[in-house]
Amino acid sequence: MFYREAGQYFTSYAQDRQLLPLKQDRIGMAVLLVVAFAVIPYGANAYWLSAILIPWLILSLVALGQNILMGYAGQLSLGAAGFMAAGAFACYNLVLRVPGIPFLVAVLLSGLIAALIGIIFGLPSLRIRGLYLAVATLASQFFIVWALDKFGWFKNYDMSGVITTQQVVMFGYAVDTPQEKYLVVLAIVVALTLVAKNMARGRTGRAWRAVRDMDVAAEVMGLSLLRTKLQAFAISSFYCGVGGALFAFFYLQTVEPSAFNIDLSFRILFMVIIGGIGTIMGSFLGAGFILLMPVFLNVLFHAVFGQAIDATIISAVEQIIFGLLIIFFLIVEPLGLARLWQLTKERLRLWPFRH
Amino acid sequence: MAFFLEVLVGGLLAGTMYSLVALGFVLIYKASGVFNFAQGSMVFFAVLFFVGFIDLGVPFWVSLPITIVLMVVVGMVTERFVLRPLVSQSEETLLMATIGLAFVLEGVAQLAWGVEVRRLDIGIRDEPIGWVMDNAGVLVSQLDIVAAAVAASMVAALALLFSRTKVGRGLRAVADDHAAALSIGIPLKHIWALTWAAAGIVALVTGMLWGARSGVQFALIGIALKALPVLIIGGFTSVPGVIVAGLIVGASEKIAEVYLGPYVNGGIEGWLPYVMAVLFLLVRPEGLFGEKIIRRV
Repeated sequence: MFYREAGQYFTSYAQDRQLLPLKQDRIGMAVLLVVAFAVIPYGANAYWLSAILIPWLILSLVALGQNILMGYAGQLSLGAAGFMAAGAFACYNLVLRVPGIPFLVAVLLSGLIAALIGIIFGLPSLRIRGLYLAVATLASQFFIVWALDKFGWFKNYDMSGVITTQQVVMFGYAVDTPQEKYLVVLAIVVALTLVAKNMARGRTGRAWRAVRDMDVAAEVMGLSLLRTKLQAFAISSFYCGVGGALFAFFYLQTVEPSAFNIDLSFRILFMVIIGGIGTIMGSFLGAGFILLMPVFLNVLFHAVFGQAIDATIISAVEQIIFGLLIIFFLIVEPLGLARLWQLTKERLRLWPFRH
Repeated sequence: MAFFLEVLVGGLLAGTMYSLVALGFVLIYKASGVFNFAQGSMVFFAVLFFVGFIDLGVPFWVSLPITIVLMVVVGMVTERFVLRPLVSQSEETLLMATIGLAFVLEGVAQLAWGVEVRRLDIGIRDEPIGWVMDNAGVLVSQLDIVAAAVAASMVAALALLFSRTKVGRGLRAVADDHAAALSIGIPLKHIWALTWAAAGIVALVTGMLWGARSGVQFALIGIALKALPVLIIGGFTSVPGVIVAGLIVGASEKIAEVYLGPYVNGGIEGWLPYVMAVLFLLVRPEGLFGEKIIRRV
């Protein structure tokens, strides 16, 4: 009753294949964008902007990258954080060493650098799949972080082994308040999400899904596995790299390579599983869930047990809950939170009837 | 030359430890087709509980059976609440479920016993044996020899179990195809509970040997991750394969660290096994002794 497609007729292919075919979806998206761009920057306080919303958007972008590789192309990867690190340090060095480079160009270039590295580490995927590939991607994770850690050039020979990102200047204007940072991140994330959505629903995405479902069959049908798989690796790493650069410049600011350790890779994997494998929306929901969960637990524990509670206990409980949730979602709702949203829409359509 | 030999032996002995962890992986993979990412966490979990009991004043020979029972219970609970609902799901799904399991085990262990490093004394000395050092010029401790002997005997026992017994045949059938094995009347539940319990005991033994050397600490999990490249090089389904691969990985990472490390500020050990595994995969995807992978549409 509340969410109906009845009465909306498509009279041309273009109408049928538009991004949001249903009117209520278009209105919903417009409202969402207006809220995100115009209401939140002025409504939310600095803590929410810089500690929750900015990392949420950035991690959603990274989860989207992971989802492209894992959910769409079916290549299980445990190395997303490694590509983030590559993007972050590439961006730092580009801004440092190329005088007058526009920030956006630097971000895009660092995404491309991460994509190149992704192609190199994606090469084994041509011969191996599944579990073997998962282990092979660990090589990228450990190798990239090690290389950034050991070779001083990447960190401009900083003695502390930690880099401090430069002031971001865009179009001659310094981006330094949380509002400005949020808007820049939001714009980049929205643009890249739109690109991802279009890739996913077009020819590229169909090729990925064919490879995911049965790569041998896809090859027999004439898809080039080499091209499709490496493309997925490249695009996924591009998203991770851009995400890493934004993460460094707009969230962490002081960056050490070990911030991008395997734990972060696992978290990104969890975002995709919990959010919904193979959906764009799932990346956003999953990232929000994984990010807010510890915050929520922290508040809850302090409310129940007072200030005396040990931080290690909270982190242990957090770990247990993450683990249980992963198992729970894999068993009960393998398609994640995005599926729950779909079910809700279904309910709204049929309400007040059950089916 | 003597120095090279010493590095080599040191590496080989470290390699037996990788082999032991990898053995737990192979056990579960052969028996259920599950790639158990949580094996490293099981090692940590088992030995942390063991050492925790000892620190509470429970005698060695009492805490050992308690921990074994605990690991059997963990195995059974895993079977009931993680694996049974996921029967005949894809390998990737099962792998991700075991990543979740790893998080739970690590969290529970830390919640119960805290995060500090604990010393474990199992009564085997970890100092160079005098006469070996005098005669061969190589540092080998009693613990090294025990570890090697334990690894060898566990491998022998498992190889016999898989190839000569009825249970072993059931295990291999289940690994091949869950649904088909079920349909011809193989008791899937029991078999899975059994293997997970066995893997838990392997984990405890591994953890005890490892803990005796470097203390029981969280870092064990990171080291145990290196069993993954060992598995790839050895082949997921081959018990002798992982032993050989463990030795290769252990020896080559130590040699590389000692001879190449100084040129690149060290730390090669952290990634070399993985890169070796990737290179190896490009040449021989099924591993040293693994079964040839044939895929059909």
